Amino acid sequence: MQIQIKKFYYGDIPEEKSSAPSTPVTRDEHEWPLWEVFIRSKQGLDHKHVGSLHATDAEMAIKNARDVYTRRQEGISIWVVESKNLHASNPDDAAMLYDPAADKIYRHPSFYNLPEEVKHM
Amino acid sequence: MNAHLDYVLHLADTTLVLAQRNSEWCGHGPILEQDIAITNISLDLLGQARNYYQHAASLINTANPNAQADEDSLAYLRDEREFKNPLLVELEKGDWAKTTLRQFLFSVFQDLQLKRLLHSTDTQIAAIAEKSLKETAYHIAWSSEWVIRLGDGTPESHSRMVTALNEVWEFTGGLFVPAPYELQLAGTIAADVSQLEKPWTETVSNVLEEATLSLPGKTFMQQSGKTGIHTEAMGYILAEMQSLKRSLPTATW
Amino acid sequence: MYKAIKMTEITRLESVFQDKVDKEIKVEAMDWMPEAYRKTNLRQISQHAHSEVVGMLPEGNWITRAPSLKRKAILIAKVQDEAGHGLYLYSAAETLGSSREEMVADLLMGKAKYSSIFNYPTLTWADMGAIGWLVDGAAILNQVMLCRTSYGPYARAMVRICKEESFHQRQGFEALLELSRGTTEQKAMCQDAINRWWWPSLMMFGPKDSDSPNSELSMKWKIKRKTNDELRQQFVDMIAQQVKILGMTLPDSELKWNDKRGHFDFGEINWEEFWNVVKGNGPCNKQRLHARRAAHDNGSWVREAAVAYAEKKAAAKKQKVA
Repeated sequence: MQIQIKKFYYGDIPEEKSSAPSTPVTRDEHEWPLWEVFIRSKQGLDHKHVGSLHATDAEMAIKNARDVYTRRQEGISIWVVESKNLHASNPDDAAMLYDPAADKIYRHPSFYNLPEEVKHM
Repeated sequence: MNAHLDYVLHLADTTLVLAQRNSEWCGHGPILEQDIAITNISLDLLGQARNYYQHAASLINTANPNAQADEDSLAYLRDEREFKNPLLVELEKGDWAKTTLRQFLFSVFQDLQLKRLLHSTDTQIAAIAEKSLKETAYHIAWSSEWVIRLGDGTPESHSRMVTALNEVWEFTGGLFVPAPYELQLAGTIAADVSQLEKPWTETVSNVLEEATLSLPGKTFMQQSGKTGIHTEAMGYILAEMQSLKRSLPTATW
Repeated sequence: MYKAIKMTEITRLESVFQDKVDKEIKVEAMDWMPEAYRKTNLRQISQHAHSEVVGMLPEGNWITRAPSLKRKAILIAKVQDEAGHGLYLYSAAETLGSSREEMVADLLMGKAKYSSIFNYPTLTWADMGAIGWLVDGAAILNQVMLCRTSYGPYARAMVRICKEESFHQRQGFEALLELSRGTTEQKAMCQDAINRWWWPSLMMFGPKDSDSPNSELSMKWKIKRKTNDELRQQFVDMIAQQVKILGMTLPDSELKWNDKRGHFDFGEINWEEFWNVVKGNGPCNKQRLHARRAAHDNGSWVREAAVAYAEKKAAAKKQKVA
């Protein structure tokens, strides 16, 4: 399927040959590893995934996260983990993993009808 | 009064000129993450400079209610000979080795100076020092890591660090030679910088050692900046920075 | 590892995919998606990232000359934000299986595009205001729409970006407002900048809808949700009102309110100029790429050294443990 979107704002400019010189670019031998960043926005809250960045080691990743993701006081604590060390469930298994919980409504407090007189339960 | 004002301007000019130098990296850094990092340092220093200039302006305006000095008139409408920053901060930004090394050498000095300024009899200076110290701690951590990383990285980065060290070193001595206004105020309003060389050398040599770099031996030290005699680079900094403001000196922006 | 998937299976997956998109369920990185969807998103997000990073240059041009310390701080923070936005977007694009390194190489070789607007020069201080007001103003319309785009990582990056971006347009307008109330020279500077940036800003929305027949697919996939002309009209209506507050004019003699349409009418864009700039003949195309390439090349030894040092440290640590 040939897709051609003609909109020339950010992002969808057709990449036909331009007049720009295409001198080869010297590529880095090793790209800096990718890290996932988690930030606690304030005391008492969970760390939340905010994005990723590149760094050569954990210490640098934390500093980079500080500079990149907390410029507007978004956080008070940072976790970083190298992306390759993150394991995720397979979306293809979603039905098997998550659907079986759907009919266990008795796990929720609203399942139980109690007389009005019972308060605070 | 004059020594007091000169001293505040000295602190202001120093942080402004280094902020200006570091801001030259914005959009040209070696990788986005570090482009953002050096820009943050530039913004910290610029913030400090503004605090000092505002304080200087209030000293001027208190002494002479018609003076109408403000942070911008002080930063933009004074001439080169009136700028009191040490030479170290005006040197061209050079490559990433020179920029990070200069930042490191300066930040270690600044940290020691600010710790003494916490006890300045000028409470405004003490308050600015307290706020700035947190920033400086981060600048030291960031820049020392780069000095170590580059010194002990590849043969190329090591040799660039050696070159940077040779280039910058002779401009560090001036930090510890008090200008007349510092001498006059040392221990009251100002920090006695002559006492800072020893602890500075200790910290610097530890980091250089970890970076597999050797501390340069005793050498002649350039030391004129704080009294208003600068390197040739300074004229260009001011020409660039002040050009627009000076073309319409009464305009507000 | 790849199983051969039969065509019928692909058709089924595609219909499941479309169904999800229709229900406004976001697509996530590991979900199945049509190859063309992946490619379109990758291209769009990486071009958006390039635009942010190249976009640092025209404004960066005035950092060292900003006429007050306050404006200097604002400008530095703003240009720095753009680096951040580029970074968020590269990260989003990386979830689609391309590394930042590859994307940047495409940019530097002139293969990947970025927004043409950044190929115009910044000639006076007033350009900082005009860029904030007009260019960021145009960008925000697009970006607000993109916060609801169907690809999750892109949408989340856009939410973060929009939050940060809101100060960009305001500071630009405020800078112009100051000029518009200033000296004769400042007023002239202000009008001149508006004159130069107005048409390029309108061009940011792309060709007319009638000239972009193939954009339906990206509407169907909810990558974008409004047409070029819809967004452009929205922009003109907004700016035509705001310019009055500045006491300035827009350089279009055909600009006037149309009661029947409930919109401002405006003149024809110079499409020849538009195509020329897209094709690389803008006033600054070469300088912009040159600057990015220099940053990349001059940074190469820095990046290498950082990797070498980290490897050395990791090896030493391992040895210590063993």
